[in-house]
Amino acid sequence: MTEPLLSVRDLTKHFPVTKGLLRRQVGAVKAVDGVSFEVRKGETLGLVGESGCGKTTTGRLITRLLEPTGGRIVFEGVDITHVKQGRMRPLRRDMQMIFQDPYSSLNPRHTVGTIVGAPFRIQNVKTESGIKKAVQDLLELVGLNPEHYNRYPHEFSGGQRQRIGIARTLALKPKLIIADEPVSALDVSIQAQVVNLLEDLQGELDLTYVVIAHDLSVVRHISDRVAVMYLGKIVELAERKALYDSPMHPYTNALLAAVPVPDPRKRADRDRIRLTGDVPSPINPPPACRFHTRCWKAQDICKTQEPPLEALASGHLVACHFPENAPDKPAGVGAHPAEERATT
Amino acid sequence: MSPFLEVKDLRIHFKTDDGLVKAVDGLSFELERGKTLGIVGESGSGKSVTSLGILGLHNRAQISGEIWLHGEELVGAGSDHVRGLRGKRMAMIFQDPLSSMHPYYTVGAQIIEAYRIHNKVTKAVARKHAVDMLGRVGIPQPDRRVDSYPHEFSGGMRQRAMIAMALSCDPELLIADEPTTALDVTVQAQILDLMRDLQREFDSALIVITHDLGVVAELSDDILVMYAGKCVEYGTADDIFYRPEHPYTWGLLGSMPRLDREPSERLLPIKGTPPSLINVPPGCAFHPRCPHAELTAGRARAEVPDLLASQPGHLVRCHLAPAERRRLWDAEIKPHLETQ
Repeated sequence: MTEPLLSVRDLTKHFPVTKGLLRRQVGAVKAVDGVSFEVRKGETLGLVGESGCGKTTTGRLITRLLEPTGGRIVFEGVDITHVKQGRMRPLRRDMQMIFQDPYSSLNPRHTVGTIVGAPFRIQNVKTESGIKKAVQDLLELVGLNPEHYNRYPHEFSGGQRQRIGIARTLALKPKLIIADEPVSALDVSIQAQVVNLLEDLQGELDLTYVVIAHDLSVVRHISDRVAVMYLGKIVELAERKALYDSPMHPYTNALLAAVPVPDPRKRADRDRIRLTGDVPSPINPPPACRFHTRCWKAQDICKTQEPPLEALASGHLVACHFPENAPDKPAGVGAHPAEERATT
Repeated sequence: MSPFLEVKDLRIHFKTDDGLVKAVDGLSFELERGKTLGIVGESGSGKSVTSLGILGLHNRAQISGEIWLHGEELVGAGSDHVRGLRGKRMAMIFQDPLSSMHPYYTVGAQIIEAYRIHNKVTKAVARKHAVDMLGRVGIPQPDRRVDSYPHEFSGGMRQRAMIAMALSCDPELLIADEPTTALDVTVQAQILDLMRDLQREFDSALIVITHDLGVVAELSDDILVMYAGKCVEYGTADDIFYRPEHPYTWGLLGSMPRLDREPSERLLPIKGTPPSLINVPPGCAFHPRCPHAELTAGRARAEVPDLLASQPGHLVRCHLAPAERRRLWDAEIKPHLETQ
């Protein structure tokens, strides 16, 4: 097997919580608390979870926009966990980010040409026929009119701005792109355009994506493998089809059951797994299995012993003492929506 | 008997420096108590403006048309009169409870205030009512939480408190504008369940405004699809999801990745972007984005199509002949959606 493009081991990020005049540290927000995964070349890894689960922080740690508290990030065989700013810069060519909000991620005082051309200038990259030509090619690549080179961001709609952001991301031909909620600020019809664009670009330019999103259906559409995060930890990681067809972690099940189905005839007979309450605070997460406070299958062991993220026979990596759809159970027990979906 | 809520040819226009914005342009619908109407559309389609218009919350807009709430005309009614109805007979649930609740007052104080404006009761009685309402929307320990400030609540709890506030005077008409958009998916499911249960309990008429077809399908009896300030399709939930006839509705259904179907290779987005309301395309506002516009022999560009009944109760604003639309749906659109 080839070496993964990116490998993350036991990554942690604790943000200190300070109090008082002396800013004494009284605790820490354990935003990311021991996350491990690999991203293979050419694939799309989806990272899903609810707000506060640490998915965005994970993305920012990988791109080293945040300094990790612990763990290891290896990109193309190089340990980049603690490399300094100056040494990080050449690496940023290979690793770029697409941001959620196309309104705040583009400088309103710069023209599109300046914005998309900035990576060339910052990295001192020489282009064959000048930066302007390179930028126009990029604009064309993402489906914008190259003549709009001199326009400002406010002259574009949300979807077009997101395309500008994507053009900037692609400027230096990165190998890995971290897309943090790339479509969630866009209208439904525009979302589909951008999702298709991301897929086309991946095929054309041989890109590897880590897509961070809260929308399970978008992640399913775009990803090859999906990791589900809950309170700073990965609770399940599996191939796309395996994860959506037979989710094994109760939290994954609950997430999938919670997505409203756009089919009025199905609302009556929908299997209802309903989580009660909200996600606990990451300052003081529940001990052992962090999901036990909301889990309907929780036993005493879940409160005392943390389940490791282990590979099960089905190929899923699951962190649960009592996984659903475990192979040792007869089929049909614990029927859930995904099984119904598979048959309909 | 006239329907409980009847909106006839509602137009809400705003004068701006750049020109007249026709945010809502000739909208009509009816709604009975105990029923839910879903209004779907993208940003700028006029769906939120409609709701604020019904509540009489547009001061500077030019409003024409008729809004009848239980036999009372609201357009042109005095603002004091409408204020008396607002909160009592009609109430609103907003998208973002953090910005629509007052951060300086406790949740309880805000519910009590609304309740006492419309009911001549003592503070103690109103407080008991507030605790009662918080309990009914599923807030644990309501007698303690009534004294909490909005920032002490989580997003889901805040939305529950907002629903409690909206329902505190037992309104007959409840308008929910993107009630779950700011929430996480597991909390969204809780709130949708809650709204469904409470509507049954209170027998109110509910208007749900959202861009999320999943939320609409979960709650609505009837659905109104808006585009550029106009209704382009209106029908029962079954009509819209199983027999949609407007190309824009097809586009919305095709753009959406779905968990209940096998994933297809590609989504079918609608090309282009929603139009600016200052500069709405002539003729059918959707024609620049419509893949079937050339089948209308130029009419799409020249004439605004009328909203006509294709089946009883199923209205479509499209120049394509109904038979042609059904053929397109059966032959081209539906097969693709089903392989999705």
